[in-house]
Amino acid sequence: MSSADVTGDRHIQEPDPAKGDLAPEREGPRDTGMDDASLHRWLERTWRTPSGIFGALSSVDHKVIARRYLITAFVFLCLGGLNAVAMRIQLSGPQRGLIGPDLYNQLFTMHGVTMMFLFAVPIVQATGIYLVPLMVGTRNIAFPRLNAFSYWIYVSGGAFAWVSFALNMAPDVGWFAYVPLSGPEFASGKRADVWAQMITYTEVSSLAVAVATIVTVFKQRAPGMSLDKIPLYVWAMLVTSFVVVFAMPAVMITSTFLILDRLVGTHIFNPAEGGDALLFQHLFWFFGHPEVYIIFLPATGMVSSIIPAFARRPTFGHLGLVLSLFAVGLLSFGLWVHHMFATGLPKLGASFFTASSMMIAIPNGVQIFCWLATLWDGRPVIRTPLLFVFGFFFIFVIGGLTGVMLASVPLDLQVHDTYFVVAHFHYVLIGGSVFPLLGAAYFWFPKISGRMMSERLGRWHFWLAFIGFNAAFFPMHLVGLWGMPRRVYTYPAELGWGNINLFISAGALLFFLSFVLFTFNLVHGALKGTSAGNNPWDAGTLEWATSSPPPSYNFARIPVVTHIEPLWAEREALPVATGLRVDARELLISTVAEAYPDIREKSATPSIWPLLAALAVGGTFLYSIFTPWAIVWGAAPIAITLIGWFWPKGDPEDQE
Amino acid sequence: MKQRAAADLSGLPTFGHGPRSPTWWGTLGFMALEGTGFALAAGAYLYLALSWPAWPLSAPQPNHWPGTIVTILFVVSLVPNHILHRYAKQCSMVPVRIGLVVMSLLGIAPLVVRWFEFPALNIYWDTNAYGSMLWVLLGLHTTHLITDVGDTIVLTVLMFTRHGYSGRRFGDVGDNVFYWDFVVLTWIPIYLLIYWAPRLG
Repeated sequence: MSSADVTGDRHIQEPDPAKGDLAPEREGPRDTGMDDASLHRWLERTWRTPSGIFGALSSVDHKVIARRYLITAFVFLCLGGLNAVAMRIQLSGPQRGLIGPDLYNQLFTMHGVTMMFLFAVPIVQATGIYLVPLMVGTRNIAFPRLNAFSYWIYVSGGAFAWVSFALNMAPDVGWFAYVPLSGPEFASGKRADVWAQMITYTEVSSLAVAVATIVTVFKQRAPGMSLDKIPLYVWAMLVTSFVVVFAMPAVMITSTFLILDRLVGTHIFNPAEGGDALLFQHLFWFFGHPEVYIIFLPATGMVSSIIPAFARRPTFGHLGLVLSLFAVGLLSFGLWVHHMFATGLPKLGASFFTASSMMIAIPNGVQIFCWLATLWDGRPVIRTPLLFVFGFFFIFVIGGLTGVMLASVPLDLQVHDTYFVVAHFHYVLIGGSVFPLLGAAYFWFPKISGRMMSERLGRWHFWLAFIGFNAAFFPMHLVGLWGMPRRVYTYPAELGWGNINLFISAGALLFFLSFVLFTFNLVHGALKGTSAGNNPWDAGTLEWATSSPPPSYNFARIPVVTHIEPLWAEREALPVATGLRVDARELLISTVAEAYPDIREKSATPSIWPLLAALAVGGTFLYSIFTPWAIVWGAAPIAITLIGWFWPKGDPEDQE
Repeated sequence: MKQRAAADLSGLPTFGHGPRSPTWWGTLGFMALEGTGFALAAGAYLYLALSWPAWPLSAPQPNHWPGTIVTILFVVSLVPNHILHRYAKQCSMVPVRIGLVVMSLLGIAPLVVRWFEFPALNIYWDTNAYGSMLWVLLGLHTTHLITDVGDTIVLTVLMFTRHGYSGRRFGDVGDNVFYWDFVVLTWIPIYLLIYWAPRLG
């Protein structure tokens, strides 16, 4: 393949911009013809994260930020899991007195809020922050400082929620905090305000990552990675990011309206003064349903990466899978009312949403059949990541089936707010997202750490998780059909739900132990695992072309892509592009559709300002639950930190 | 893994304007999410307006004049904004500096008039839900206006320093032009909703 194939024989230049009032282009050493050792020295000096605490706090390396995100999200998973364990102990028998109703309300709210906003969304986005730049063959994510900022906002929002919990000030109104329960009349104190501002924090963070991901995929793909050669995982993250962009503003509007009603006396949700309580539900679920797909779509991307690597063939129906992702992303916006069937909506409206809820099963079904076909036609090698994919198939399909059941209004009315619904959404969320995530952890851990996790412990982990999960959640379908409502802190012995609840709690304990084993396997693998090498699974996408863990600059030279599984197509030698500067953080900007090389652009250098900006924004949010004037006082520090962030400092990266 | 050189990037330029630049796409992304926020806030207004037959809840009509003046200022500002865009693409320093000063002033002017818009709504945010929605819509747009004017002023100062002689800074000017169009464009439906929708009923 010649360079003309990649660059395209065409004139992409506008009238020569160099004629304007520009400082002359600085020349620096290029990688062309440079030997590997000096290339590594140059690039390492240019791209490394500075040492020391100040350096660590200034890091803009997508891998460093992603690792922090992953670890933080894992900590929140453990905390949210402990909430669940506490609730299961309380419910393990009738009328246990371990936890009172007030604490129980905080527990299930914190469990939901933590799992949805502090674990599930951040961890799928964090995986994307780590993998997307590697998979598209670039050196850093787009807008690296925005990415760093997003992490600081996220961690401060999470800390805010959990410190509130420690102070007995945690939200106690459920993870979706319906008015009027969360409104000024029925939720005195600051608990609902904590919910509202914590939501705003985490959504700011999530939106920032979504924009950075979209631009990375659009503009930073390696030469030759035209739309038809983008890996499925990257497609999944792209579609997810678009869903985030159009869904997350809805929850920010909801939480802002709520805090305005509570703080300055607006009446948006107050029916006595011309507002409407149901408006809250519409706005919340306009976000809340796509949210499910924000968590699920990246997981399908992970499955689409794991299956070809172990089936030993490219994915069957690549185009069909991409189109399914689009279809699911679009349809996810047409389902929100099915969360509101019990509110007495007009029949025609309810029927429309029943139809669209059933329709989304079609593209999801297409995905499942494409994966099965890939496995059918391949020569599957059963390793731990693939086991978790099988677990995903089994559990997610059951969750999908109860989903189709719940899409029908009469059934939904019957089981609304019972444990049947609790069982359904845990099957969908844990089956659809956590099992693929665990598979992904085993699959990409060698890339991130350079070491393998234990296969034997991995199998134990899988079976413990699979059995524990089903033991904990399958009986919830039954107890829900028997009429046990969700969000009750106890139940009388006469109802006869004691034994099944004890069984559920035992399953939950087993499931919890599977995570203890997983944590052990992670730590053990990181410290003592066998060395992984660049490509332990002999997989085909670009993240496996570089060392494990990847160097700060990701690739010594930007790869040139010739196939959907580039490493399988080019077994002898990887085609690469040359000509970038090595003394400045230069990376390649390419065209959106064909990925023709277009611009050598500078990527941002490390900076402490994103942290300072996050502190200013976080302080403002925190203060604002006490007085609306916080927005006025907070404006000055926010403005100062943002100017500090964007003002050029005279690095080579700021020139040109 | 062994490597072989297959493409040469050394001749590529170091910056590009408009859709060639990642910053342009980032700006577009933020417009998309902020635009969604505007659309949902407007949707919430319409939802309430259609839910209540007595809308606007027997409140007095807002005085549209301050809002109309802001609208006229916005529309007029689009002309120098796009002249500025042309010079930014040519990386021409003197006209860009003049254009940025003009655009800073044309940003401050509607902000001053905006101050008089709030009392002209003739209702407080805590009177009823109609008042709340007017303040929310106007407040949401004002936040965008303040942010963009602040951004324009900082960029103006920057272009008067030595850092201005850089293709990427001229690209930033182009993106600033782009974002101002967005601020103007989002105002039109909000203007109609705040001042003219109550007159329909």
